[in-house]
Parts: sequence; C-alpha cells; structure tokens
Amino acid sequence: MENAAATAAGPRRSSADDVLTAPEAWCNSSAPGTPADTPPAVHGIRPAPAAARPMVTDDPTATARAAAEAVYRAESRRVFATLVRLLGDFDLAEEALADAFRAALEQWPRDGVPANPRAWLVSAGRFKAIDGIRRRARFVAMADVEEQVEAIADDTPQRDADEIEDDRLRLVFTCCHPALAPDARVALTLREVCGLTTEEIAQAFLSAPPTLAQRIVRAKAKIRDARIPYQVPTPAELPERLDSVLRVIYLVFNEGYSASSGASVTRLDLSSEAIRLGRLLVELLPEPEAIGLLALMLLQESRRAARASADGDLVLLADQDRSLWNRAQIEEGSALVQRALASRSAGPYALQAAIAALHAGAATAEATDWREIVGLYDLLVRAEPSPVVELNRAVAVAMRDGPAAGLALVDVLLARGDLDDYRLAHAARADLCRRLGETAQARASYERALALTRQEPERRFLERRLAGLRR
Amino acid sequence: MKYLCLVYMAEAVRDAVPDRECRAFGESLRSSGRQLAAEALQGVDTATTVRVRSGKVSLTDGPFAETKEQLAGFYLLDAPDLDEALRLAAQIPPARVGAVEVRPVRELAAD
Repeated sequence: MENAAATAAGPRRSSADDVLTAPEAWCNSSAPGTPADTPPAVHGIRPAPAAARPMVTDDPTATARAAAEAVYRAESRRVFATLVRLLGDFDLAEEALADAFRAALEQWPRDGVPANPRAWLVSAGRFKAIDGIRRRARFVAMADVEEQVEAIADDTPQRDADEIEDDRLRLVFTCCHPALAPDARVALTLREVCGLTTEEIAQAFLSAPPTLAQRIVRAKAKIRDARIPYQVPTPAELPERLDSVLRVIYLVFNEGYSASSGASVTRLDLSSEAIRLGRLLVELLPEPEAIGLLALMLLQESRRAARASADGDLVLLADQDRSLWNRAQIEEGSALVQRALASRSAGPYALQAAIAALHAGAATAEATDWREIVGLYDLLVRAEPSPVVELNRAVAVAMRDGPAAGLALVDVLLARGDLDDYRLAHAARADLCRRLGETAQARASYERALALTRQEPERRFLERRLAGLRR
Repeated sequence: MKYLCLVYMAEAVRDAVPDRECRAFGESLRSSGRQLAAEALQGVDTATTVRVRSGKVSLTDGPFAETKEQLAGFYLLDAPDLDEALRLAAQIPPARVGAVEVRPVRELAAD
C-alpha cells in the first residue's frame, strides 16, 4: 500500500504491503495449513526482554545493569527526543544519550536505580552536554560557549496550550518535515524516533545499508544547515504535515508486524510503538485517515496471539483460533472504522481498515463476507492504485468466484512484471494453482516464493507446502 | 539566519503577476523587517553570461542556462528558521505560477 519510500517509478512495495496481502494471499478456507498472516514473536522465537529474565537478586550490580538495559530498551528513544528538544541538535542529543547511559551503568549499581529513570537520564544527558560544550571551550570563543549553554532549554516542561506533551511526536513531525526527501523522512523517523538500526531500515526499504546511512546523514545535515526547527507544526500547517507522519507510522507498524528478514517474524515493541503513536495522533488531530490508520493497526494487531502455533509456525487466517483474537482491539478498531468511513470520502487507510474489520467480524472463516471485501478492494484500487492492492483484490476474487478467476488476475499482474520480486505474489499464485490441481505450476511458484522469502517461519511454511505437493 | 529566495518563472506567464502586486508584497516584507534585499530582474534577453578560462574572458548572450522557467528576481530574507522562510517564500506572488528556491546563506571561511 503506502510505500513511503516511493520516489522511483517502480512498483510501490514495502513491508507495509505484506500486511495487507498476508491474510488474503494465503487464505484458503478449504485447505488446512495454507499460509497465514505472519505470527507474533512467541516464546522461544526471540529472546525475552530483560525484565522477563530471572534477576540475579544477590548481585546488585547485575540487577542495576539489567535495569539500565531494560530502561534503555524501553525508553532510550523517548529520552533522545526530549534531549533533542532541550539541546536543539540531533548529534548533540545522541552523544548526550550515550553519555547518560554510561553514567547510569556507573552510578545505578552504586546508588540504586532511580525512582524515575527517564527523568534521571534526561538530566544526566543535559548535564553532560553542557559539560562537553564547556570542555570544548578551549577551541571556541567564551561568548559563543555561554550563548550555546544559554540556548539549551531548561529541563522543566513548559505547558503551552498548543504544545504536544510527547517529545517523540514532536520529533516525528520534525523528521517528517516536507523539506526532507520522502524516503529520508521515513528513514530518519525510524532511526531517530524508533531506534531501528540502519540494517533493519534498509531491509524494510529493500535497499542497501550504506545508501540508507547516507540518506540519514544528509537529512540530519539539512535539518542543521537549513535550520529546520524542532517544533510541532502550527495548527494551520498540521493537516498537511499529517499525511507524511501517517506513512511513517504505518511503515513502523509493519516493521513490527513482519520483520523483513531473520528468524523472528514480528517485532512486538515496534507494533505497540506504532499504535501508541497512532493514538496520540488521533487525540491531537482526529482526521479520518489518522483514525483509519489506527483502526487498521488495531485490527491487524488483534490477531497477534493466533498467528503462530506453539512452535512459532504460521497459522492460516482460516485456521486461526478466533477465540484468541483480541476482542477489545477488534471492538475499538471496528468503532474507529465507522468513524473514519463516516466522512465524505474514505481514504486508503480507512478502506484497508474496513477490510480488516470484515475479517475480524466473521465468526468463522467460512462466514467471511468476501463479496463485501471485493467491493472494498474495488474502492481501494481507485483510491490507491498499486500492483500489490490489485494482487490482494485478486486473492479476494478467488475467494468469491473460485481460484480460476483469481489466478487469471494474478497471471495478468505477473505478466506486467511489477511483482516479479514480490514473494507473496508467487506464494499466492502457488496457492491458487494448488487449489486447481496444477501441481507443476504450483511447484514452480512455491520455489520462486522460497527464493525470495527472508523469514524463517515463512520459509518453513513454504517448504512444507512444497513437500505436500510431491505427495 | 539569512535565506536567499530565487524566484523562477516562465517568461510567458509573467503577466499573470502584475508589478503592482509584487510592489505591495515587497512593502509588507520590508516593513516586517524580514527583507534584507530584493530585486526584480529584466528578462533573459537582456542577460550576458561571463566565463573566464585560462585568463581569457568569454561572453555569451543570454542566461547561464536555457530553461523553461527563468530567474525573475530574488529576495534576501532574515528568518529565525526554515519554516518561517518557507512561509514568506510561499507568499511571494510568482510562487503561484513559478517556483521559489529557498537556500540558506553561508559565511565564507575566515582563512
């Protein structure tokens, strides 16, 4: 769907698309074990967070260290965002953040973990930054040094009527500034707000890490040299600036929903992060597309517990234990869908959310209203034309009219060449061929999909399908 | 911080932006204290381009580059940040038929 990196003329495609395609492309109500939307990290798939590991209670140093690491994992970007506001500079803030954590690792074992770790870290970072400026004063005129120190904002939060409390949202708007290139906005936000590594971001963009790194460096340089302010947009400018932010949030959600490579299929923190950011956004600016995006994320998130078996294998949407679906999220998401659709013209996020709501509202897979879903895809293709949306529509058509109808559409899409590298297109084709008894065709497509997949659970799943064919 | 706003416009659409309007805008900008300098330029037909290579001066009739939109004028602004500079640039009358490039000024190195 929204490829926030789309500047080239190529097909729009990002991990965001996988989310929409996943349930549709793989769903087959008649055959068990066909691919499903990607499962969450469950026990054994990725290391449990520090807090869940048993604490070494008789070693205070280890405890304090573990605490510092837990705070780092949970809060470092929040601390960073506040430091950016206080110090007015990305690079200064990064240094200050690193210094603050170093100080925490030194002092917390000695003095105990503070009651408010985040505030402690912000203070420490600010102090270290000022200290650093003064120490470097040898090379800079004294007057300039004092000016710089003066410019460093006071720690005490100022409550302005229009001021957003969450420094991270302020940072998101800055990172998503229209004066930055579109792909730079996403890269910068993912790096600075969410703390993704350059490697992870590169995977999501299907691009090379050095290219990504350069993009981020250039963006920071522009912020500094052209003096892009670290501010929330004025109310007048806010709606325009919102679209850029929505794209970024959705991309972050999808990085959490289905990691582009590696053994773990989802990154739980990022999805929750994206939802949290989405909520904040809706509070601030209840525009239909912001509401639609939040609805979409909640509805997709609601299936998290059902997506993976105990072994971490993919579970088909059709086979998911719907009693495991999070009803509260479904209710909230469905209500938000109604709000979003109530506006005169539904945007892409609202439409995608409406499709997700139809899945969520079906008591069983057989009860799924595919007719309605195809209708929504018809609208979606108009609102946001892209080969991936057409692919998803084709899969829905297969559910409504039979695999032959769907396969015809998929083959047209593949013939156009846009989805050649898109593993879910080949997986969808494989599934349709399989249902039609076209074994050789199914095999070829499964193999193509396997060659393109970068996720362990998906790989295992496809291999099982392939093996199943040979029987 | 100083920003230079380079105003580009296709000469064919110049009449869409009457001088009266540009004058009025310039006055409001000056009185706001944001404008350090501003000028409108005569058409590209009056331009001469100078290059010096190996001590030899060569002159060409016409602008630096033949482009569909040509440099029509400039504003040198003083603004606290890019957002303010962009807000001002968006109000420059030719912006609605042409384009305004906004670039920050730099201090030349001391040595």
